[in-house]
Amino acid sequence: MTEATTPTPPSRFNLDGTLTLLQRLGSVIGLVLLVIALSILSPDFLTTGNLLTVLRQVSINALIAFGMTFVILTGGIDLSVGALLAFSGAITAGVMAAGQSAGLAICAGLGVGTLLGLINGVLVSWGRVAPFIATLGMMTLVRGLTLSYTQGRPIGVSNTGFALLGDGYVAHLIPIPVIWMFVLFAVCGFVLRGTVFGRHIFAIGGNEEAARLSGVRVWAIKLGVYGLSGLLSAFAGIVLTSRLYSAQATAGSGYELDAIAAVVLGGTSLSGGRGWLFGTLVGALLIGFLNNGLNLLGVSSFYQQVVKGAVILIAVLIDRRK
Amino acid sequence: MRKLRLIAAATFVVFAAACSQQGPGEASAPSASSSSAAGGGNKTIGLAISTQNNPFFVELKDGAQKAAAAAGLQLVVVDAQDDPARQISGVEDLIQKKVGVILLNPTDSSALAGAVQSANNAHIPVVTLDRAVDGANVASHIASDNLAGGAMAAKFLSQQLQGKGNVLELQGVPGTSAARDRGKGFDDEAQKDGLKIIAQQPANFDRAQGLSVTENLLQAHPDANAIFAQNDEMALGALRALDSGKHGSVVVVAFDGTPDGIKAVKDGKMAATVAQQPGEIGRLGVETAQKLLSNQSVDKGVAVPLKLVTKDSAN
Repeated sequence: MTEATTPTPPSRFNLDGTLTLLQRLGSVIGLVLLVIALSILSPDFLTTGNLLTVLRQVSINALIAFGMTFVILTGGIDLSVGALLAFSGAITAGVMAAGQSAGLAICAGLGVGTLLGLINGVLVSWGRVAPFIATLGMMTLVRGLTLSYTQGRPIGVSNTGFALLGDGYVAHLIPIPVIWMFVLFAVCGFVLRGTVFGRHIFAIGGNEEAARLSGVRVWAIKLGVYGLSGLLSAFAGIVLTSRLYSAQATAGSGYELDAIAAVVLGGTSLSGGRGWLFGTLVGALLIGFLNNGLNLLGVSSFYQQVVKGAVILIAVLIDRRK
Repeated sequence: MRKLRLIAAATFVVFAAACSQQGPGEASAPSASSSSAAGGGNKTIGLAISTQNNPFFVELKDGAQKAAAAAGLQLVVVDAQDDPARQISGVEDLIQKKVGVILLNPTDSSALAGAVQSANNAHIPVVTLDRAVDGANVASHIASDNLAGGAMAAKFLSQQLQGKGNVLELQGVPGTSAARDRGKGFDDEAQKDGLKIIAQQPANFDRAQGLSVTENLLQAHPDANAIFAQNDEMALGALRALDSGKHGSVVVVAFDGTPDGIKAVKDGKMAATVAQQPGEIGRLGVETAQKLLSNQSVDKGVAVPLKLVTKDSAN
């Protein structure tokens, strides 16, 4: 808890400026150091092609992590994102396989993801279920729905227009998922910093009771963040389906942990109320560059997981000690 | 508002950084192709493996590594941990590393066509190992003759049971060509030989799932007297389910011939396994890659022979 005791007017976001500036810089400095190190170690790393490749690899995780940031800022957690990604992707592919248009299929996928996210919100706000448990249950439930809907088989997609969504390029250079990532980063950043909804998210994360007493409709905000997380997961699922030309029944397993890692690496507090979306983008990039760099260096995949885990632990430790 | 501006500025910087590199990006395309045109000098092969959480693929990787070391080639291995999205990333990383040939052991047959296309665009030939990629243009496909192996298993079972079998079939990861071909080879031959397949269910080539799926199937079908598992791992799980003892004699036949599987055959727990030679698949992969690196022609498909391992032939 940071109390503003300085004579300067209290920040609108309940943030202690200098401390968080350090915390903020931490992830950025880490990213810069990693990029410098990899550039020296691998001649193939610092090329336009490779950097764009990493951005594309990161985009799916970043989209999910943006939604996760909203949830974590309220002090919650959403473990169902990977499952929602798989289910929304399957619905989208299934609707197309049934002969409907890509537009309708995308709406169906986004709709399903948002609806399931809103149900998470209902469980957490009205049901007073701990977010960890509510979304864990949802994750299991939706995994089951996905398997029964797909019968465990991949659903192929042949619609060429739809394939552009995740596999296309702008100007033969920039992968389209990268555009989605930056557009949604801008939109989510605005929602978080420029709207009443965003301010109330920080208020709830800082002190839920105080927020309630000062007239914030806590249930509505929670419904909103879990719905948004569902929507973004569904969108990520649709982009992934397009990229793989097929919806995989087991897609996205473990993605919730990558998303949480990105948010935490970015300096957002797991107890809510403190954090920023740019950090999440940096965190997702850190994970992506690490994956890519270790592959380029030919590091055995067994050690790659050890390195990744260690980096997350060290980053969080440094963050806590400041 | 200050923070909003900060975020906007940061977004702009990242965008600007990406856009300003448009020039070199276009210039890098021809240079990539020229480096592979001089591919004779490139001694690096990439291997994108589906998982290393399965002894079969570990053996395949070991076979490839030994062959590469013997030939003086560098082998870079990327592991997909059974996630197609991760495998696409791995293949992209290999393309960026400008390896001479990519050996691809796909996580599944439907999702990797785009990744193969990307490699082809970068003039890197792709050789698929063990599983094929639907709708992709590959230089060669090296795999066991799974159709023949499935038939081999069915023929053996029908001999053991004198044509009167009620068979449970444990299927592999749906959508993989290995699961499809083994299943088809087995099912077709079983029909000819008069075996009855009373239930089929996927256990995803996984031992733990093989155990739970078999438990459920035995509950539902107490009349079963044979199990065909599309790989050894699932069969070993099934053997654990049979260990509980309440079931009469159930003949188990599996596929792959991993060390654990062959040991189960020797111990008399499993009747037979159709042995693949994963190390041989890896070795042939590297051999094919070597030919491609020196611009020799290669066969479009290489069938690696299988053999039935029974208690008699195992010892």
